Amino acid sequence: MTTALLSVENLRVSFKGSDGCAPVVHDVSFDIEAGKTVAIVGESGSGKSVTSLAIMRLLQSGSAKIEGTIRFAGQDLTTLSDAGMRRIRGNEISMIFQEPMTSLNPSMTIGRQLAEVLITHHGMSQRQAEAEAVRLMDRVRIPSAAARLKDYPHRLSGGMRQRVMIAMALSCKPKLLIADEPTTALDVTIQAQILDLIRDLQREEGMSVLFITHDMGVVAEIADRTIVMLHGRIVENGATEQIFGAPQHPYTRALLAAVPRLGSMAGVSVPKKFEEIDRATGIAIVKSEEVTAKQPDPQTPPVLEVRNLSKYFDIRSGVLRKVSGRVHAVENVSFDIREGETLALVGESGCGKSTTGRAIVRLTDPSGGEIRLNGEDIVKLDENSFRSHRQRLQLIFQDPFASLNPSMRVGECIAEPMLAHDTIPRASVRARVAELLQQVGLDPATRDRFPHEFSGGQRQRISIARAISLGPKLIVADEAVSALDVSIKAQVINLMLDLQRDMGLAFLFISHDMAVVERVSHRVAVMYLGEIVEIGNRADIFGNPQHPYTKRLLSAVPVPDPARRTSRPELKVSELKSPVRPVDYVAPHRVLQEVSQGHHVQEWGAEWSNG
Amino acid sequence: MSNAVPLPAAPKRLGSSAVRKFVKNRAAVLGAILVGFFVLIAIFAPVIATEDPFKTSFTAVRKAPSAAHWLGTDELGRDLFARITYGARTSLLAGGVSVLIALLFGVPFGIIAGYFGGWIDSVISRVIDAMLAIPFLILAIALAAFLGASLTNAMIAIGLSAAPIFARLTRGQVMSVRSEEYVEGARVIGLRHPRIILRYIVPNAVAPIIVQATLTIAAAIIAEASLSFLGLGQQPPNPSWGSMLNSSKNFISQAPWMSIWPGTAIFLVVLGFNLLGDGLRDAIDPREH
Repeated sequence: MTTALLSVENLRVSFKGSDGCAPVVHDVSFDIEAGKTVAIVGESGSGKSVTSLAIMRLLQSGSAKIEGTIRFAGQDLTTLSDAGMRRIRGNEISMIFQEPMTSLNPSMTIGRQLAEVLITHHGMSQRQAEAEAVRLMDRVRIPSAAARLKDYPHRLSGGMRQRVMIAMALSCKPKLLIADEPTTALDVTIQAQILDLIRDLQREEGMSVLFITHDMGVVAEIADRTIVMLHGRIVENGATEQIFGAPQHPYTRALLAAVPRLGSMAGVSVPKKFEEIDRATGIAIVKSEEVTAKQPDPQTPPVLEVRNLSKYFDIRSGVLRKVSGRVHAVENVSFDIREGETLALVGESGCGKSTTGRAIVRLTDPSGGEIRLNGEDIVKLDENSFRSHRQRLQLIFQDPFASLNPSMRVGECIAEPMLAHDTIPRASVRARVAELLQQVGLDPATRDRFPHEFSGGQRQRISIARAISLGPKLIVADEAVSALDVSIKAQVINLMLDLQRDMGLAFLFISHDMAVVERVSHRVAVMYLGEIVEIGNRADIFGNPQHPYTKRLLSAVPVPDPARRTSRPELKVSELKSPVRPVDYVAPHRVLQEVSQGHHVQEWGAEWSNG
Repeated sequence: MSNAVPLPAAPKRLGSSAVRKFVKNRAAVLGAILVGFFVLIAIFAPVIATEDPFKTSFTAVRKAPSAAHWLGTDELGRDLFARITYGARTSLLAGGVSVLIALLFGVPFGIIAGYFGGWIDSVISRVIDAMLAIPFLILAIALAAFLGASLTNAMIAIGLSAAPIFARLTRGQVMSVRSEEYVEGARVIGLRHPRIILRYIVPNAVAPIIVQATLTIAAAIIAEASLSFLGLGQQPPNPSWGSMLNSSKNFISQAPWMSIWPGTAIFLVVLGFNLLGDGLRDAIDPREH
């Protein structure tokens, strides 16, 4: 056994609150050996981030109490002076955070920000620092590094900014890199590139990495050892292969069961529920074999038909606010959804999937095309005549913390649609609210509480209860489970599948998460730069992807299986292209070709030829 | 259907932390005490004042503070303690009513501009900009002079001059709340605009407006005093701190108490409202939670 670089023993962190000290991390002990990657995985509130902040001594000493020992290269960090700790930070231990958008100074060029670190920490001259900055940017694989140095952060995409952050963190050749959810805010293809980068750099530099994440897929991709945390305690600590191959603790098993695995649906044609395992006992509450979903009847007319939908946003500039360009957010999009069917709309940020959903519920007016609900074109209707159609068309948002009015009680929130449309007599609204709460798995007694008293998953259930209160035909679910913890995500998806079976709901499931999409959808449409590049049955899209973008998207999904880690092809450094076009731009007419029944693929041009 | 989800523990009342934060803030509590003190004086003026504020006495002109006249007398021999006490009514009334008028005009226009946007917003915003280009007090004086000298007209003038401040603040608040997902959700449900505004926008936009209203009461009290000082506000012989200062200016070396007491009263009540407003702002500010 080699000596550990970082050794945490009986770490205990408490926060001083209004009612005394509340411990949030209990008796956490682990080691990180030189050159190894250790991942701490857990859901929100598990204490994983607090642990990393305690190691860096970045918690406010006034409000947090740290007990136990943290030994780094022979020194006890808990007893080190502030000056000594500052020397460790940056020089010996570096840290990168989740939000690349806010962690760079927007008013300085990235070259100057990088150089500043080098000048203060290494006493380099301006010229040396600039040369070193170019070298570092090359190291993190930023294309044409020298030219990029003069850019301000807003010119860079999220992935590129995260590369700059990593370059800064590496500038002092740290022995340990702490990465706190570094890829969570990034798109999946960009995430894959950043993970590759961190792994390559670690090998080249021989540094240790402490990787904090909630994503089991990411853990399997990167970690040598895995620590599973729950409610501030370590529940399992072992080699990654062992954690994934033979999980011991019921919670680990529950967590792994809830992780969607790409390819797990081969040979199944309808959506399948997630297995739900009790965290304490390890016994399955819901079996994944339960096939609840049905194949929609191809004879029935579609609930929703979208034809050549387009949405452009004008970009205005100058004193006269002249239109100087257009964002082609949605371009010529067409699809159908039948009763009881889930069509997933997948793609990365900026591909127009959310705008499509918003146009269907008329939160934004389309620039062109038709949207037919039960055969009637709703684009032509004015606000007042459209109002009655809203009963059949509902929306669930992504952020459960923003989608409920904080000043209204939960019962009022749910009753709102029924009162607005006068669907049932006022006297029976209360009973109906109780019924709806029960239907989404909440206690009817909670109706008198305010939304801030609920957790994210519970709030999403409330949103669902409200969405189904009018008995809609179609629900647009815009990233409805993306913000939820993995086990909660599985529960909410299972609820949605149950509701689909019972009510014959059609879902437009907008998501960036390919693994979840594979689980829930009957059909899938892949969007890229505002257009649908491939659409077809779920089995065809996942089993036989045609378009290069679909293939790239699928290959980038982290696989929650450490054994399959090496089987991924080398990814090129790429950025998502921008849908901003000149004013006179007219989209080329692109043809969708049928490759098999119901599976259409857009013809692609030369830009895809080299992958 | 699905297994029931356990309930969150210890439901916390909305705003309880704001109250706790306010109580901890000593300056804010001092402000609240000052405001409360003057409100009590105004309400119980007939009980507190030992003499009739209108009773002149040519044997007691410009007397220094004494046992008979605690704060002294003015140039007509009226008891200053009684006039200060009754003056509190004028000042608080002017502050409160002016701000109510300002809210009545400013908030609806702000809501319309912020919620509907487009050309309505452009028109309202340009009018707000034009009104804000003129200093508050100058505008109030001009309006009061135009409407004619009386306390009622002074309050209308001050209220109208302060209205654009509220219109602009409300507009900004409404615009930020309007883009919240729960408001978009309300649109998707199919709610009508008045209901969305009353149930979704106003309750979530109102906190900063309350804070601004408290601070504006202080400004309105000064404005009323200024207008009365210029003879455009409270008309003699009714007592007002501003008009008391006006009549005292000729005797400032012979009878300094005539200007000191009304000046101190204005200072204290304005300080009180400013501290209270600042405290409310700090307590409500969501970034501090």
